[in-house]
Amino acid sequence: MALALALPDESLIEALPPALRIQGLRKAFGARTILDGLDLEVEPGTAVALIGANGAGKSTLLRMLVRLIEPDAGRMTLLGEAVSDLAPGPLRAFRRRVGIVFQRHNLVGRLSALSNVLHGVQARRSGPRTWLHALAPAADRAEALACLAEVGLADRALQRADSLSGGQSQRVAIARMLMQRPEFILADEPDASLDPRSGEEIMDLLYRLAKDKGLTLIVISHRLEHTLRYSDRIVGLADGRITLDRPSRLADPRHLRQFFTGRDHEE
Amino acid sequence: MSLPSPAVAVPRWDRPNALTFMVTVLALAFLVWSFSNVGLSWERMQRGFPALGSILDRMFPPDLERLPQILRSLLITFQMALVGCVLGLILAFPLAILAADGLSPHPVIKQLARGLIAFFRTVPDLVWALLFVIAVGLGPAAGVMAIMVDKIGFAGRFFAEAMEEVDKGPQEALAAIGATRSGLIFSAVVPQALPSFIATSLFSLEKAVRGSVILGLVGAGGIGVELKVAFDLFDYDTAATIIIAVFLLVVLVEQVSNRIRKRLL
Repeated sequence: MALALALPDESLIEALPPALRIQGLRKAFGARTILDGLDLEVEPGTAVALIGANGAGKSTLLRMLVRLIEPDAGRMTLLGEAVSDLAPGPLRAFRRRVGIVFQRHNLVGRLSALSNVLHGVQARRSGPRTWLHALAPAADRAEALACLAEVGLADRALQRADSLSGGQSQRVAIARMLMQRPEFILADEPDASLDPRSGEEIMDLLYRLAKDKGLTLIVISHRLEHTLRYSDRIVGLADGRITLDRPSRLADPRHLRQFFTGRDHEE
Repeated sequence: MSLPSPAVAVPRWDRPNALTFMVTVLALAFLVWSFSNVGLSWERMQRGFPALGSILDRMFPPDLERLPQILRSLLITFQMALVGCVLGLILAFPLAILAADGLSPHPVIKQLARGLIAFFRTVPDLVWALLFVIAVGLGPAAGVMAIMVDKIGFAGRFFAEAMEEVDKGPQEALAAIGATRSGLIFSAVVPQALPSFIATSLFSLEKAVRGSVILGLVGAGGIGVELKVAFDLFDYDTAATIIIAVFLLVVLVEQVSNRIRKRLL
């Protein structure tokens, strides 16, 4: 009987699925194997830092999670969706739930910061009222402004995107991602093309937003100190597999350093 | 101290291969034949220049008697160019989207759109004018249609190229969140291509104004009709007034469009 009573608890734990589950993921570009049967599970609300030398397949892995790159083999379940099996229509619907921050901010330079943020609403809706802030419904405009405020740029709303600094542009890109109302965040070196201080601010912002909103975050950074400070868990990639996986607070910087080498001669 | 003499002599020229040589000789022969075939002769030029001088002599001073009528025709000509140009630009835009790499919904549609644009562009506007004069009758309406088709061909190509050349980053970012094709085009592509669109549009208008003068010669309305009549009646001093008026209009349009271009870009 005691066993039977214990069962509901067990099933409750089972019922809380991981935000991400990857099984046997493979990818090769020609003769070069990038991922060689990779397995990974991520609990909801965790901030995972993905590390690895250049060419280790970090960016490839991140893009495969939303099938911007198609895997050769393996299964991926993200937010309860079997990503690998999605047809084009459902895949598009699924992508709406995942916010991506790229190394390049990818803003439309000639448009205002506010219009760029508003574009995030296209994850839910289309039509002329999503193209420019001047055409947008009041509610969308207010939400876009609130997203800009969250990244500390409400006062730059009407400034043209190409007149913003690198750090500010990346903030606008993050605001656009928030406008999308994502359930999961992927960030591919959001700090790479920024000066050290702006880079740190961006990493801090992303980590804080993920924590505040209870979102799962997978972030790639080439800066060891950012990786340690702005993650809960560190996953190291080498030779197409995960060779390191531990909580960030227990990670040994000296051990991590090997994942950051090989950068200069590969770039 | 003498320089060491090189082991091999370096030729001054590449020796042409047989094919290059043959093509060059044939091209030169064709050029010579062309000169003899167009009937351009020294005697003709000697006769022609004095004749041109006498026409010019009869043109000046220009006759201003018909100036009000000429200005009315000039206005019609400009309006014909403007309307034809605006219609052409409006129709060129969707066609350019269908013809642009990365925006076209299907490779077959892309090739069809490109073929249509190329066809509109390569057939001269005068030929379109002849066709539309037959189709809709004499008058400015035929001119408007001719200019419209010509501008679809001209602007369609440049609009498509402008949209292909924009930074692809914003498009990828929006595609990644599941935005629709129209969303990508109007949020990411068009704002970036806008300066190029404006430049092309202004240039189209300049071209249309110049072209619209000629269209009247085949009966497609506007000042060209007046010019043809003046020449047919040997009324050279009126023709001079028309030519000067056209010149001033073209210069004016070019100046204004330069101003707008500088202001906007």
